[in-house]
Amino acid sequence: MAKKIKISINGVSVEIDQDTTILDAARQTGVIIPTLCYHKDLCVAGNCRVCIVEIMGQKRLTAACATPCEEGMDILTNSLKVRNSRKHIIELLLSEHNADCTRCYKNGNCELQKLASEYKIMTQDFIRLVPFKNYTIDQFSPSIIKDDSKCIRCQRCVRTCAELQGVNALTVAHKGDQMKITTFFEKAMNDVVCTNCGQCINHCPTGALVEKNYIEEVWDAIADKTKHVIVQTAPAVRVGLGEELGFGPGVRVTGKMVAALKRLGFDAVMDTDFTADLTIMEEGTELLTRLKRKMVDHDPDVKFPMATSCSPGWIKYIEHMYPDYLDHLSTCKSPQQMFGALAKTYYAKARNLDPETIVSVSIMPCTAKKFEANRPEMHDSGYRDVDYVLTTRELAIMIKQAGIDFMRLDDVHYDRLMGESTGAGVIFGATGGVMEAALRTAYELVTGRDVPFDNLNITPVRGMEGVKEATVKIENPLKEWAFLEGVELKCAVAHGLVNAHKVMESIRSGESNYQFIEFMACPGGCLGGGGQPIPTNPEIRRKRAEAIYAEDEGMPLRKSHQNPEIIKIYKDFLDHPLSEKSHHLLHTHYSPRDRF
Amino acid sequence: MITKDEVCKVHAMTEEEKYALLKNVINDYDRKESNLIQILHMAQAIFGYLPVEVQHYIADQMELSVSKVNSVLTFYSFFSTQPKGKYTVSICLGTACYVRGGREVLNKLKDVLGIDVGVTTDDKMFSLSVMRCIGACGLAPAMTVNSKVYKQVNPNKIHRILGMLK
Amino acid sequence: MTTNYLLKRVDFIFKNENDWEVILSKSINRAPQELINELISSELKGRGGAGFPTGLKWKLSAEAVNAIKYVICNADEGEPGTFKDREILSRVPFKVLTAMAVCGHVIGAKEGYIYLRGEYHFLRPELNKAIVEFEYYCKEIKFDFSIKIFMGSGAYICGEETALFESMEGKRGEPRNKPPFPSTSGYMGKPTVINNVETLAHTFTIFKYGAKRFYDLGVQYSRGSKLFSVSGDTPKPGIYELELGMSLEDFVEEFGDGDTKAVQVGGASGFLVPRKRFHETAIGFQGKLTGISLPTGGSMMLFNSSRSMFNVLDNYLEFFREESCGQCTPCRVGCQQLLKGIKAVKRGEKNAQYLDKLLRLTETMQYTAKCGLGQSVANSFSSIVENFREEMIY
Ligand SMILES: Cc1cc2nc3c(=O)[nH]c(=O)nc-3n(C[C@H](O)[C@H](O)[C@H](O)COP(=O)(O)O)c2cc1C
Ligand code: SF4
Ligand code: SF4
Ligand code: SF4
Ligand code: SF4
Ligand code: FES
Ligand code: FES
Repeated sequence: MAKKIKISINGVSVEIDQDTTILDAARQTGVIIPTLCYHKDLCVAGNCRVCIVEIMGQKRLTAACATPCEEGMDILTNSLKVRNSRKHIIELLLSEHNADCTRCYKNGNCELQKLASEYKIMTQDFIRLVPFKNYTIDQFSPSIIKDDSKCIRCQRCVRTCAELQGVNALTVAHKGDQMKITTFFEKAMNDVVCTNCGQCINHCPTGALVEKNYIEEVWDAIADKTKHVIVQTAPAVRVGLGEELGFGPGVRVTGKMVAALKRLGFDAVMDTDFTADLTIMEEGTELLTRLKRKMVDHDPDVKFPMATSCSPGWIKYIEHMYPDYLDHLSTCKSPQQMFGALAKTYYAKARNLDPETIVSVSIMPCTAKKFEANRPEMHDSGYRDVDYVLTTRELAIMIKQAGIDFMRLDDVHYDRLMGESTGAGVIFGATGGVMEAALRTAYELVTGRDVPFDNLNITPVRGMEGVKEATVKIENPLKEWAFLEGVELKCAVAHGLVNAHKVMESIRSGESNYQFIEFMACPGGCLGGGGQPIPTNPEIRRKRAEAIYAEDEGMPLRKSHQNPEIIKIYKDFLDHPLSEKSHHLLHTHYSPRDRF
Repeated sequence: MITKDEVCKVHAMTEEEKYALLKNVINDYDRKESNLIQILHMAQAIFGYLPVEVQHYIADQMELSVSKVNSVLTFYSFFSTQPKGKYTVSICLGTACYVRGGREVLNKLKDVLGIDVGVTTDDKMFSLSVMRCIGACGLAPAMTVNSKVYKQVNPNKIHRILGMLK
Repeated sequence: MTTNYLLKRVDFIFKNENDWEVILSKSINRAPQELINELISSELKGRGGAGFPTGLKWKLSAEAVNAIKYVICNADEGEPGTFKDREILSRVPFKVLTAMAVCGHVIGAKEGYIYLRGEYHFLRPELNKAIVEFEYYCKEIKFDFSIKIFMGSGAYICGEETALFESMEGKRGEPRNKPPFPSTSGYMGKPTVINNVETLAHTFTIFKYGAKRFYDLGVQYSRGSKLFSVSGDTPKPGIYELELGMSLEDFVEEFGDGDTKAVQVGGASGFLVPRKRFHETAIGFQGKLTGISLPTGGSMMLFNSSRSMFNVLDNYLEFFREESCGQCTPCRVGCQQLLKGIKAVKRGEKNAQYLDKLLRLTETMQYTAKCGLGQSVANSFSSIVENFREEMIY
């Protein structure tokens, strides 16, 4: 038990745990102190100074986010001195800010704007500093737009990229009035190690970092009568979208989302969960094949551990940072790209459509998916497999633009052919989900029995721990897999690229001996993706994860190989996992990139 | 430890030898991130400035991200990412020097050298820079050429000071 | 109360240091508590910044529990118009080294660092020699203490103690949030005593002669002597050790050129005192006469009537705008606004009342900036604008 201390906030005495910051203490007692540079995911910077409060007896004000309470502190959060100073600080921020709200992508969900509006900053006495500086808007990346004229130098993005992702694509350069947030040598985001994960976007309080949006392009496609526009929705979108449209965090809105997409005018609404199940079939088989090649054929070229390949942020990361480990990646494309390749082949054929006329759109919790869809590797259907990638946030914008009262929609089911999924596909959206889904299927494939966890819930790989481990011992396998008798399959799960870095270092040093590892670029997995609603924080991630697992539990089928549409696609089109056709459409290889 | 003397011999070195020397420096400093600034100092002594390639090399050797190296070095005015001339002429614009005519001396220097602050002459002889108080305020205004300090300078003295260098 | 203190020259700091071995051996055989008490009773306050009582500083670090602790000598002297630390390190380096070692003994540190301003690299060879000799002696008397030099790289803000730690750790010199304070978490997160060069030199005096000799100098709240770097419009520029508590009038009498219009006390982050207030201004930590304190390193810059106070302020603000680390809003943006603001007023683009808005802004900066740099911009700004408002406008 932490020691309790007594303090007073705005004249009300309270007892709180020692070492609580003034900010947290205030929140606990129902007093809100505004913040900008503070974010629950990140270490405290204390540099914006909007959270200043007055401690009686001290001349100077104190940053609430950075100061622990001390016994007997008498704190005022709204004294005249505090208010005047805070107002000054907001005015200062606005003076170096290109506050052109009506033309800003963040208009309506901007922390700076909200603060300015709360404090009613109606005049601008200070001299505007914006035009005096050299600003370029960096729009070269297919995922991210960086506009320095909107940056308030809170460094949340810098801390995100360093602390959560360990990528350090964004840093602070220069000092004094020249200090700015930038990449190495002020190169474009597209030309540096940035993984396009979008975590910086999700943590930026202003419009300085936003996703590149393709909303107009998608509207155009929908309006084009010669096009057949199909859409897929990633697992994590259904547990996030509601937050943008009036629901609290952790509400599942799958049916409403499908209904909304139909109303937007998409010709077919299908589910990435379907290709998530397909990924499990391919990847699970690949894992078993690798094991066989190693243990039975003693093939020296087969690489272990095998690493998952569904997270495009992670892919770009390994291309830059561990190019010598690219052979460890599963050759499976991500579910989005499998879907894309099948949309213009399998789906086109089944519906008797000219693939040329198909526009394939995906709704993703992720900004790296935009980059992924743009990769030269992703044209195996003979066309660009996925034409447009929208984030959860962009979809919400379209729904609002279309005037859809989301709350009042009735649930609608996905369209057939690639719209059916199992609980295993759904949990792809959470960290550990791919691993859990793969184990459910692989174990059964090998032994003919359910994976030995209560109700199929492989709890060791769930939760928000940065690196999780699980070991599954194979007993009494089917005859075909007899060589696996007694084998302990050592698995690990890492989410957030700092954790990926930890695991990769432990592999490189030979310290760990895993066989199978799931990597997700974003903290919490896709549910905490860079394209998810803002804010995203530990509490919200936890709620979204609960929703995902609830969705899984509620599904009649919870193992990928049971999905009837999966069974059908192998029967009608792909033959069997790792068949030649699936190799052509569903698998790929990646190439090394420079570390800098 | 690499000594300053060794570093002094660098202008006779090939690029490869310079990089080899830098590698030794980095090893001497245990490749520790906390020694980054010392390593940057030495690297600048070896190469004269810190071009992109050298930053890459340091980041690579120390397993740091290159933007981090860049972030640190752009904070400090000692580090230059541009090559410097044979002589770096710096004029003090600290308060004492400023009020006693530092600005006029600077203007004269710009005139005579035909360059702006932060720039190097085409013949690579002179670079011009501005500094803050160097503690010669007693005899302001002060200027330095490389590490030699000239006190109580005035615009009329500039020709003589530069002339003696050529 | 209008007491006039006569200007009194003192000669402690630069007096011979040849007995440093004796002082060192003697001191490290005394109990830490005894040395702390000696310092506390001398009432020595830090000569580098905020004037924190040195004895208390050492005491807090001594009480911190940690196997590793550090002693750091702050020789980043960057305040415009200050050059005393350089003189100390070149003339009596052994005093400083001895004081660091004694501090190590008191708090339980085995490593010391001197953070030397980059521009002072020419001091390094001699200082290194002194360190070698010093460490040799320490070994001889079986006292475990080593000293290294860390070179600064041209950033004024690194004089601020926590920015200095960051810089020593190989990072950008951005000041940290306080608490924690250096006494519990300083360099490398370990308990650290950081003292100015001059402060350390004074402790040598105190250990040599006892607290009383030091305490007897100066006035209440401002005990002892202090080095002043005198520059500007003066026939006698240079470094002088003077007793604290003197009146500015006496000072100008001695150092002025007969036409002194104002004196900037304490460099860019200090105050400007106009002629009409010389007589009521005392130089000390809590200048009892006026409330003016001596916030920084002891720079005394004299201006005669030919100098434009607008130019002086312009120069200070340019300095702050560039040397601010840039991380916190009030300082980064505030400095730019102040600089642009006074120029706009001077050019007539903003009316004179805009100066009042700027004065209020400096108040906000003083209350809310993260470190001493942003907090002290108000000092020079308000003292210059309030006293020479006309010069700002016309
Ligand atoms: C912007 C800024 C610059 C500083 N520069 C110096 C400096 O150059 N030398 C110094 O000794 N202290 C400097 N200080 C003060 C230090 O932070 C610290 O208070 C001092 O080193 C403590 O030593 P003392 O107690 O012996 O004075 C500076 C403070 C600030 C805020
Ligand atoms: S970032 Fe925020 S405050 Fe700035 S223009 Fe955009 S919406 Fe307005
Ligand atoms: S997208 Fe991800 S990797 Fe790229 S800068 Fe942002 S946080 Fe860093
Ligand atoms: S880009 Fe956004 S997060 Fe990064 S410093 Fe600027 S405002 Fe803050
Ligand atoms: S007050 Fe200035 S120097 Fe200090 S932390 Fe803030 S920006 Fe940096
Ligand atoms: S939120 Fe506390 S300083 Fe920014
Ligand atoms: S102001 Fe130029 S040397 Fe001090």
